[in-house]
Amino acid sequence: MTAHATTYGIPHRKMAMWVFIGSECMFFGSLIATYLAYEGRSLTGPYPSEILNIPVTSVSTFVLLMSSLAMVLALDAVQRADRRQSALWLLGVMLLGATFLGFQVFEFTHFYGEGLSLEQNLFGATFFVLTGFHGAHVTVGVIWMTTLLVLLLLGKLPPERSLDVEVAGLYWHFVDVVWIVIFTVVYLIQ
Amino acid sequence: MTARAEHHSLYGGGPLSWLTTVDHKRIGVLYGVTALLYFVVGGFEAILIRLQLASPESTVLGAESFNQMFTMHGTTMVFLVLMPLAAALFNFMVPLMIGARDVAFPRLNAFSYWTFLFGSILLNLSLFIGQAPDAGWFGYANLTSKQFSPGMGIDFWVLSLLVMGVASLAAGVNFVVTILNMRAPGMSLMRMPLFVWMALIVQILILLAFPAITVGLVFLLFDRFFGTHFYIPAAGATPLLWQHLFWIFGHPEVYILILPSFGIVSEVLPSFARKPLFGAPFVIFSGILIAFLGFGVWSHHMFASGLGPVPDTAFSLATMLIAIPTGVKIFNWIATLWNGHIVYRTPLYFAVGMVALFIIGGLSGIMHSSPPIDLQQTDTYFVVAHLHYVFFGGTVFGLFAGIYYWWPKITGRLLGERLGTLHFWLMMVGMNLTFFPMHFLGMDGMPRRIYTYAPDMGWDDWNLAATVGAFVIALSVLVFYVNAVKSARSGAPAGPDPWDAATLEWTTSSPPPEYNFAITPVVNSARPFWLHKYGPTRAISTRTREEGTPPQPDAPVETIDLPSPSWWPLVASAGLGILMGGALVGLGVVLLGAAILVVGVFAWALQPLERPGHPAFGPGAPA
Amino acid sequence: MSTEPTSTEHAGQGHASRATYWMVALILGIVTLLEVAVFYVPLLHAVIVPMLLVLSAFKFALVAAFFMHLKYDKPVLSMVFAIGLLVAVFIILALYLLFHVLARTPPAA
Repeated sequence: MTAHATTYGIPHRKMAMWVFIGSECMFFGSLIATYLAYEGRSLTGPYPSEILNIPVTSVSTFVLLMSSLAMVLALDAVQRADRRQSALWLLGVMLLGATFLGFQVFEFTHFYGEGLSLEQNLFGATFFVLTGFHGAHVTVGVIWMTTLLVLLLLGKLPPERSLDVEVAGLYWHFVDVVWIVIFTVVYLIQ
Repeated sequence: MTARAEHHSLYGGGPLSWLTTVDHKRIGVLYGVTALLYFVVGGFEAILIRLQLASPESTVLGAESFNQMFTMHGTTMVFLVLMPLAAALFNFMVPLMIGARDVAFPRLNAFSYWTFLFGSILLNLSLFIGQAPDAGWFGYANLTSKQFSPGMGIDFWVLSLLVMGVASLAAGVNFVVTILNMRAPGMSLMRMPLFVWMALIVQILILLAFPAITVGLVFLLFDRFFGTHFYIPAAGATPLLWQHLFWIFGHPEVYILILPSFGIVSEVLPSFARKPLFGAPFVIFSGILIAFLGFGVWSHHMFASGLGPVPDTAFSLATMLIAIPTGVKIFNWIATLWNGHIVYRTPLYFAVGMVALFIIGGLSGIMHSSPPIDLQQTDTYFVVAHLHYVFFGGTVFGLFAGIYYWWPKITGRLLGERLGTLHFWLMMVGMNLTFFPMHFLGMDGMPRRIYTYAPDMGWDDWNLAATVGAFVIALSVLVFYVNAVKSARSGAPAGPDPWDAATLEWTTSSPPPEYNFAITPVVNSARPFWLHKYGPTRAISTRTREEGTPPQPDAPVETIDLPSPSWWPLVASAGLGILMGGALVGLGVVLLGAAILVVGVFAWALQPLERPGHPAFGPGAPA
Repeated sequence: MSTEPTSTEHAGQGHASRATYWMVALILGIVTLLEVAVFYVPLLHAVIVPMLLVLSAFKFALVAAFFMHLKYDKPVLSMVFAIGLLVAVFIILALYLLFHVLARTPPAA
């Protein structure tokens, strides 16, 4: 069943990741729709305008966008069998992704300190669940990249296996794209 | 001739082999057997409901138990019977019908089954501890809040649905890729069998609808476990959010439940009228349209919740529109039978029964599409009548048509025609006796989900009739099980093509060999096997070449490596089940489940799909 | 920017060059800066919502087309993505309308 001809000439796993991404659009779509539905309905503070930090979040958004660059460069390097660059760029994705997560942790802790919790109000509930699930997706992505890096260092990621990196990359870019939407809807359009 | 070249028994290999199988045919059988067992469970729950309602002020079940019964009956029938029965037929038949050797991701397929099984067990555990969910199969907020449902019932419901949702989503990805990407050479999308088309549409619906209920359930979970207020009015939220999220899932879900039966009927009617499906492209496009429109009608379940005249009108119009593609299909089915050379067999009876009963269910549905009328009918027995005509008359009859049609291919034996005919008529009479009176009860004002009623309401006679009908249904189901057991023990051998049908699955032996096709078929028409047997007919384009797809040779001519069995899907499923069930026990169990899940997933990812020589078939295969 | 393939492994569909990737990343950075600038410029607040939606949609499209390779892939993949995206956007719009525009009563206290 390996390397069999496929109807569209697209590998199964690549198509599968796109199908999964299509489904995930609805998952995040429902979370974003709820955030919007409940916008302005919190009966008590803290409210978004008081607590969201645009400059800091812009930096973390930029970090995540750059991690997508690192991802495509990593894929390119794996396809060229350039082990050094592959390792460097994969590490780049991991570090940039981890940095983004670090910003999230910092933000969540700061918000909690300001009195915004899951139970406090509707903003807390919708914000933490939406960005929390996004962060969980980023975390899974970082673990995935770590696994790929380990495989690469063990010599088990030749160009013939670049599909593994491509599929991981699609997942990673999607998570980035979801953040583009969240950043716009939650932070910039208040 | 080596042992390997002989026909392999599909069901050999011992009991343990069922735990590690990644063969789509065996996974289909697992789904089917499990669903047929839950059919008895859900049916028993229905019998208890009908016993309680047979007479006024009855004391068979108290109010609390009654609420648990209708909740479990609905949840069981929708998620543990109807969906897995369709999954059984998708699993066994779709790869065969497209000329493939398995699905795109065989281990993911096994994972879907085990995850479904563990989720279903989690749900039924609640019955064992006497705390089954009791807020109805669609669990409206804020009845489901911790305040109004302090027990564990709703927790079981939420967690088991989340687990089973994962199973469905995984299968959705698997089957979409399979159907798009694994078709035999020459099988364009418009040459695909209707059942495969409906399977594709159903899987796309699952992928788009289940995330909505997942989010809704997550919110409910957070409200109940972590103190959020997603559905708590006192915090500025609204229980309507649950209704929206549930029905954004729930309406596509009813199409998920009916389209497989539409697909089955679209295969069965042509076979027993011995002519092609009338207007097949129209039936296909109607299916696509129904699915697409189905995402725009969900608030017709909410006409009584005060949305306002503009939303009501919009959703009402969209709902009425859906009747059009549905009607197209019905006319095409009737036209398929018209002037056909009818062969009277049990699959045909159930297929025709499905069309007739679905028309009745569709008519009551059209009535519901008008908000003023629906305000009268909603939450009464009129809706119970409608949903059972479409789910039982439509889905169940359609699934039985499929079971009787494909049983010979799956088991190699025929089901008895006399018992099949008896089953059909008993079920037809029983179903109508049970559910037709409910239209009257609803119009007479009998509400849903009441555990008893006063003697002077005038509802006694119809309720008694419905209860008698329920027992007739039970008898008909018993007849089916007797038929099934008799067939398995001593049924007549079926041969590869008992119905003289048109599609690829009938070119293989019954049951098919593990590898399905000794030679990958090449397809030149929508009815490839018919073309081979009978040559071109008026219905096939004159541009089609004369040769159709011949039956399969007895043995492979090339070496065939198949995906190897694996324990890891089962392990990963168990981890997920323990993780979710553990939420009811403690953090330690949750972490244990997570650890097992992670180990299972990593081991699975790092294990090659095909391990050399195991299993393999054909002249070059190792002995 | 040139887009000739730099890798021969690709399914003959064409390929963005590394230079293209850096360019796209640069554009993404600039657009993000623009978005933040729009947020802080009071004059633009009247049109802030459409502007931000357009800018973020542009970023979304760039990542999907170039980083996710859709521009160079067979259309079936874009169609698969588009179906999910369109249904999700529809649901977001519908719920927004139902809760904020067509709601009969103000949010319950």
